[in-house]
Amino acid sequence: MSTEERQVEQLANQEYKWGWVTDIESETVPKGLSEDIIRMISAKKREPEWLLEWRLKAFRHWQTMEEPHWPNVAYTPIDYQAIRYYSAPVQKNRPKSLEEVDPELLRTYEKLGIPLREQEWLVGVAVDAVFDSVSVATTFKEKLKELGIIFCSFSEAVREHPDLVRRFLGSVVPPNDNFFAALNSAVFSDGSFCYIPKGVRCPMELSTYFRINAADTGQFERTLIVADEGASVSYLEGCTAPMRDSNQLHAAVVELVALDHAKIKYSTVQNWYPGDKEGRGGIYNFVTKRGKCAGVASKISWTQVETGSAITWKYPSVLLVGDNSVGEFYSVAVVNNRQQADTGTKMIHIGRNTKSTIVSKGISAGFGQNSYRGRVEVKKNAVNARNFSQCDSLLLGDKCGAHTFPYIDVRNTSATVEHEASTSKIGEDQIFYCKQRGLSTEDAVNMIVNGFCKEVFRELPMEFAVEAQKLLGVSLEGSVG
Amino acid sequence: MLTIRDLHARVEGNEILRGINLTVNAGEVHAIMGPNGSGKSTLAGVLAGRAAYSVTAGSVRFEGKDLLAMEPEDRAREGLFLAFQYPVEIPGVNNSYFLKSSLNAIRKHRGLEELDAVDFLTLIRQRMKLVEMDESFLNRPVNEGFSGGEKKRNEIFHMAVLEPRLAILDETDSGLDIDALKIVADGVNTLRRPDNATIVVTHYQRLLNYIVPDVVHVLVDGRIVKSGGKELALELEERGYDWVRENNARATVAG
Repeated sequence: MSTEERQVEQLANQEYKWGWVTDIESETVPKGLSEDIIRMISAKKREPEWLLEWRLKAFRHWQTMEEPHWPNVAYTPIDYQAIRYYSAPVQKNRPKSLEEVDPELLRTYEKLGIPLREQEWLVGVAVDAVFDSVSVATTFKEKLKELGIIFCSFSEAVREHPDLVRRFLGSVVPPNDNFFAALNSAVFSDGSFCYIPKGVRCPMELSTYFRINAADTGQFERTLIVADEGASVSYLEGCTAPMRDSNQLHAAVVELVALDHAKIKYSTVQNWYPGDKEGRGGIYNFVTKRGKCAGVASKISWTQVETGSAITWKYPSVLLVGDNSVGEFYSVAVVNNRQQADTGTKMIHIGRNTKSTIVSKGISAGFGQNSYRGRVEVKKNAVNARNFSQCDSLLLGDKCGAHTFPYIDVRNTSATVEHEASTSKIGEDQIFYCKQRGLSTEDAVNMIVNGFCKEVFRELPMEFAVEAQKLLGVSLEGSVG
Repeated sequence: MLTIRDLHARVEGNEILRGINLTVNAGEVHAIMGPNGSGKSTLAGVLAGRAAYSVTAGSVRFEGKDLLAMEPEDRAREGLFLAFQYPVEIPGVNNSYFLKSSLNAIRKHRGLEELDAVDFLTLIRQRMKLVEMDESFLNRPVNEGFSGGEKKRNEIFHMAVLEPRLAILDETDSGLDIDALKIVADGVNTLRRPDNATIVVTHYQRLLNYIVPDVVHVLVDGRIVKSGGKELALELEERGYDWVRENNARATVAG
C-alpha cells in the first residue's frame, strides 16, 4: 500500500463524534412484540380507537410476511422479540413550551448542534426534535400557525388534526406495502406531521432531528407531509445515535403527498451510528420513503446524504400520478469499514408528460459495499414520460465494492428513458496532481470527493449542504466571482 | 537554486536515471532534450516527488534544502512547480476554487496572508491574459472536458498564478498547435525573472525557438551526455539523437 493509499484510509476512518449517551430516565415498554405491546403503546399515546385498529391490522398482516432478503446486504437475523418498541424520556407533564422541556434534552440537542431555543437560530429553520420514540419539542410552531401551516409531532397531529391524518395516513405507503412498512405501521411511535395549506409557500425550512438514545430500542417514526394545491415546502431530516455494540433497528416510514401544482423538497442527512471498524454494532436503517405526486404539475424532490448506519436499505420513490408531474432523486451514499448500503429510488410514471431525474453518487471505502438499486417504470397510459438516470461510483481503496442494479420497465412507446453509469477509483494521479499544487493529501481527497458529489450537494439547502460536506470531511467549496 | 548530484532512480525495478548531474541557477532557463525513453519525464517526476519512482542514490538540493526528503506538497510550497505532460482531470472541482486553495496553501506555508476572494479574482484575471484564456475556464472543473491544448495552457495559467521559483515544463509543447505554442511560450517568457528558473523538458527543438534556453542538456539512457548553448538544440534537430548516442558510445568506450 502506498503512502497515499494509507492516508486515504486514515482519512476515511475518522471517528464517529455523535456516539455519546444522554443519561435520562426513560419510560419504556417490555421487550418484544405482541398485540398487547401495541395496545400498550397506543394507550400510552392516548390514541383513538381507529388508530389502534389500524395498527393491529398492520401487525396481523406483518405476521404473515417474510423479511425480505433480496437487498445486496448480509447480516445476522434480527430477533424481533429482543427489541424494545417504545422508549420515551420521562417528562412530568407534557411541556407546553420550550421553557418546560427537560434541560438535559435541550443540552443533548445543543451538543448535536441543533439548538432548540428559537432565538439561537440565525436562519429560518423550524425543528421537531424526536428523542427515541417521542417528539420532545417543536420550534416556531406558533409562527407557522399564523400561515395555516401545521408542523407538529405525529402524536399531536393525531389528537389535534385527526381528519387530515386519517385522510392521508397510509395513502402512499399502505400498511401492507412491505415487511418493514408493516412493522412500522404496527408500532410507530412518533415523527413529524406537516400540512401546508393551499397556495402557501412555507417561509422557512422545516426539519426533524431524530436521535436514538436508549439501548436495545428500535426507532419507528412516521413522517407525513402534505402540500395542498399550489403549496410548497422544503423539509430536512437529520439523525444520529450513540455508539453501542449491539445493532439497533430503525424502520421508518415517510409519506409525502403533493396535490395540484404543489412542491415538496425533502432532504436527508443520515448519520446513524455505523458500527465500529470490525462491523460491531450500528443501526440497521430499513426505511420506506415514498412520495405521491397526486396532483397535476406537482413536484417531489428527494435529496439524501447517507453516511451512517451499519446497513442502509431505502429507496425514496415517487409515484408520478398527476399529469406533468416531476420526480427527482439526488443521492450521495458513503460506506466505509464494514458498512453496507443498498439504496436507490423508484420512479413510477403513471400520468402523462411526467418527468423524473435520478442522480446517484456512491462512495465506497474500507470494506464497504455500496449498491445502487433503481426502478424506472412507465405505465401504459404515461404518454411522453421522460427519465434520466445517472449512477456514479467512486472507490477509495481496493477492498470495497460498488454495485448497480437498474431496473427499467417501459409500457408506453412514447417514453424516453436514459441511464448512464460510471465507476472510478480515486486516482493516485489526481492526488499527486493536487499535492504538486501544494495541497495536502487530506485536502486533495476532500476536494476530489466533494467534486464527485457536487451535483447532489447543490440540491441541498445551504445549511444542510454545509453539514453534509463536513460529514464527508470535506471543506466547503468557496465561490469566486 | 537546484543542484542534482549523481541521481539514480528506478521505476518498477528498472533503473531509468543513472547518475544525473545538473545545476540550475536563478534566472536561467535549461532545456532537457532526449529521445523517447531516455528518462526526461522520470527526472521531472522524481523532482516533483511522484511516488512510483524510487531514488536509489544521489542528492538534490533545492534552495539549500534537501528536496528528496520533502513530501510532494512541501516541494510545491517551497516553490517547485511541475507543468504536467498529461494534466489530470478533477471532475466537479472548479478551476478557480482549485487554484485558490492551491495558492493559499502555498502562501500559508510561506507565512503570507491568505488571499480573499476579491484579491484572488483580480490576480487570476490578470494572469489569464498571459495565456489568453477565456474566463469561462475559471468555473469549469479542473481540466475536465478541456482539449489537449487547453489543458497545457491551463498548466501555464496555474504556473502564472502560483509564481514558482523553479518551474519544470514536462513536454508542454506536445499536442500544441503553433498558435498555442506561441501563447504558452509568451507566457513563460513574461514570467521569467532574475530570481526564478525554468527547466523545459522536450523532445523537439521547436519550443526552444520561442523559449530560448541558456543551457541545453541532452539526456540519453538516464545520463546527461552533452550540454551546450542554445545552438546545441539546433544541431540535435539537424543530426538526430543517434549522433549523440554514437558520440556517447564512443566516449564510453574511450573512457
